Amino acid sequence: MAAIFQGVGAAAALSSSPSNSFDSKKFVSSPCRSFSVRKGASFAVVRSDGRVNLNPKGGRAQQLISNAVATKSDSAAAFSSSKPGHELLLFEALQEGLEEEMERDPRVCVMGEDVGHYGGSYKVTKGLAKKFGDLRVLDTPIAENSFTGMGIGAAMTGLRPVVEGMNMGFLLLAFNQISNNCGMLHYTSGGQFTIPIVIRGPGGVGRQLGAEHSQRLESYFQSIPGIQMVACSTPYNAKGLMKAAIRSENPVIFFEHVLLYNLKERIPDEDYICNLEEAEMVRPGEHVTILTYSRMRYHVMQAAKTLVNKGYDPEVIDIRSLKPFDLYTIGNSVKKTHRVLIVEECMRTGGIGASLIAAITENFNDYLDAPIMCLSSQDVPTPYAGTLEEVTVVQPAQIVTAVEQLCQ
Amino acid sequence: MALSHLAASASRSSSILKPLSSALSLRRSISGDNSPLTVETSVPFTSHQCEAPSRYVETNPKELLTFFRDMALMRRMEIAADSLYKAKLIRGFCHLYDGQEAVAVGMEAAITKKDCIITAYRDHCTFVSRGGTLLEVFAELMGRQAGCSKGKGGSMHFYKKDSNFYGGHGIVGAQVPLGCGLAFAQKYSKDETVTFALYGDGAANQGQLFEALNISALWDLPAILVCENNHYGMGTAEWRAAKSPAYYKRGDYVPGLKVDGMDALAVKQACKFAKEHALKNGPIILEMDTYRYHGHSMSDPGSTYRTRDEISGVRQERDPIERIRKLILSHDLATEKELKDVEKEVRKEVDDAIAQAKESPMPEPSELFTNVYAKGLGVESFGADRKEVRATLP
Repeated sequence: MAAIFQGVGAAAALSSSPSNSFDSKKFVSSPCRSFSVRKGASFAVVRSDGRVNLNPKGGRAQQLISNAVATKSDSAAAFSSSKPGHELLLFEALQEGLEEEMERDPRVCVMGEDVGHYGGSYKVTKGLAKKFGDLRVLDTPIAENSFTGMGIGAAMTGLRPVVEGMNMGFLLLAFNQISNNCGMLHYTSGGQFTIPIVIRGPGGVGRQLGAEHSQRLESYFQSIPGIQMVACSTPYNAKGLMKAAIRSENPVIFFEHVLLYNLKERIPDEDYICNLEEAEMVRPGEHVTILTYSRMRYHVMQAAKTLVNKGYDPEVIDIRSLKPFDLYTIGNSVKKTHRVLIVEECMRTGGIGASLIAAITENFNDYLDAPIMCLSSQDVPTPYAGTLEEVTVVQPAQIVTAVEQLCQ
Repeated sequence: MALSHLAASASRSSSILKPLSSALSLRRSISGDNSPLTVETSVPFTSHQCEAPSRYVETNPKELLTFFRDMALMRRMEIAADSLYKAKLIRGFCHLYDGQEAVAVGMEAAITKKDCIITAYRDHCTFVSRGGTLLEVFAELMGRQAGCSKGKGGSMHFYKKDSNFYGGHGIVGAQVPLGCGLAFAQKYSKDETVTFALYGDGAANQGQLFEALNISALWDLPAILVCENNHYGMGTAEWRAAKSPAYYKRGDYVPGLKVDGMDALAVKQACKFAKEHALKNGPIILEMDTYRYHGHSMSDPGSTYRTRDEISGVRQERDPIERIRKLILSHDLATEKELKDVEKEVRKEVDDAIAQAKESPMPEPSELFTNVYAKGLGVESFGADRKEVRATLP
């Protein structure tokens, strides 16, 4: 695995092995045109050292681009073996992903408040209503409990709805539907129904939005059995994860962040998806493993610049998959560095970090040279005042201090 | 005897045209024939914002005998479940449907298997009317592998995907938005089918119901909301829980119909009417006036909030099986003895199914982790030691 990545300072790492380039032409050539479920889709399993095993049925070599583009610098060099791609903002990447999936599969529909004619409160669904019509891009009344329930009911029959919560915090009203019906139906029906729904929306602490609009629902949903949770952080993985989430047969809760919608990045032109259960290696290193996701990734990368100047070599992993954790990638990193720092935006109590600490301690205790450190937000409702809000959330300076402490 | 049979039924049915040979045969087949019969419902329909359907229901002897058999089967099944629960073979929650069978059979007679039904936790009989077998019912109740949900769901989670029965839900009222979602999917796929979302008088006070009704009416979805009003939400009588117990009027702008839920033919007529209405005009509410003999569930004796006289009174006057029995006997479609034989047959069927279900094994321990996620690769859930790293999705 180490052979695949080349550390280039604080900038992104890229796979140079030609066998890993993504050949999309064969992939795009057979989109799902009919209503019937495509059974026996061919797939390839990519081993960690880059070898590809094709399944007996299909003959298509489908490989993933295993790079991670985190910072704005040097993205032109990232795609030496394919076309330069196009530049866009994160919300446009989400929209592109949604649009492509809606074209590809007529069963995909979007429902949420103001997603249709208004274009979406964060413009993620802009233009979709005009293109696909009112039956596929549905403006719902303000009734989260029922329209999430309706999305789940529709998913039981085989439709693939994408339900938007205008803010993740509003989905608390639909908690019963998400927990009992969305997560558990596949199990309690003995496998008869799958719920291929995607529940997405922006969450996280924004700029002085107030306590109720700055919630981190990943900590509340993480216990629900049967759902998958992913958090996107760059335009590249936003589009890739969105497409994967829509194609997945499992219910996926897709966490976006209010402050990341205007990130700009160059992404490939061709069709690609990101694995839902895989973490992203942002910056390989030797001294300490820093696990993070969503907006905190940028705070960590900023701290990483300072740390590199101070002589440290942090390994930064964007865990992306909040449920289930990618313990494979994380474990390999822990085995290498022996020190873990978790930087998250959830609150201290019962957050993703708390679960991650438990998971790592349980599985990799022998490899740890120091107790795991976890930097989380304070256990308070997010205050309105800007200065207070800043202190609620983890800042890069705190990350630097924590790494220094950990590496003593 | 054959002549008197012809004479008695001459005024109502067209059995005069039946060939004499069948009338003279000593052992007449109990399955009946398809000659039309018109029966008047016991009470007229009350409607809200729409025209009530006619009181005269088209049926035929075959259908009536099927009603009798099916309801007798359901009744026996529920009583047997009662005994199994007391014998501690069924644990947890067990909500019995006896008394309400007419709703399940009447609805099924009016629709096809392509129409969807979704209900709450009192789902054993609805599952059977949708085509579920007794073995699946008892095995699931006892938590065995042969159950319809492989033993992992239990009494409140019966599902049958191939006949569009969507369960089986434990949380009161949560199935109604799901039902409207089913209707949405039907409209999306232009199926010309409808969804019946059943709920109780207790659930009728849930907010999500009105939210879902609003959306269904707005988007013209073919959703039929059926309130099975058995007058008690667990221990609370309807007049103590609802300011307005006229549940069929609760939809306000959505039309409603009040139906005698103990009369299978009235239920059939109402459901047929509702299906036609929903396909043209969007949602409609049906209120089935019905009654349950058992308590809310097996842990509820059912007599602390209502008198035994009330229960036996309803059983005497409105029992759905007795009603059909009287109808069959008065039209001479079968003899008393033949109906008793049907009941004996049904009893044997139920006993056989229970015996077979008892032999079914408990689920394997590995089944704990199956069906949590839908995985294409045979991996049930990820841990630290998963071997394959990445896979592409279709």
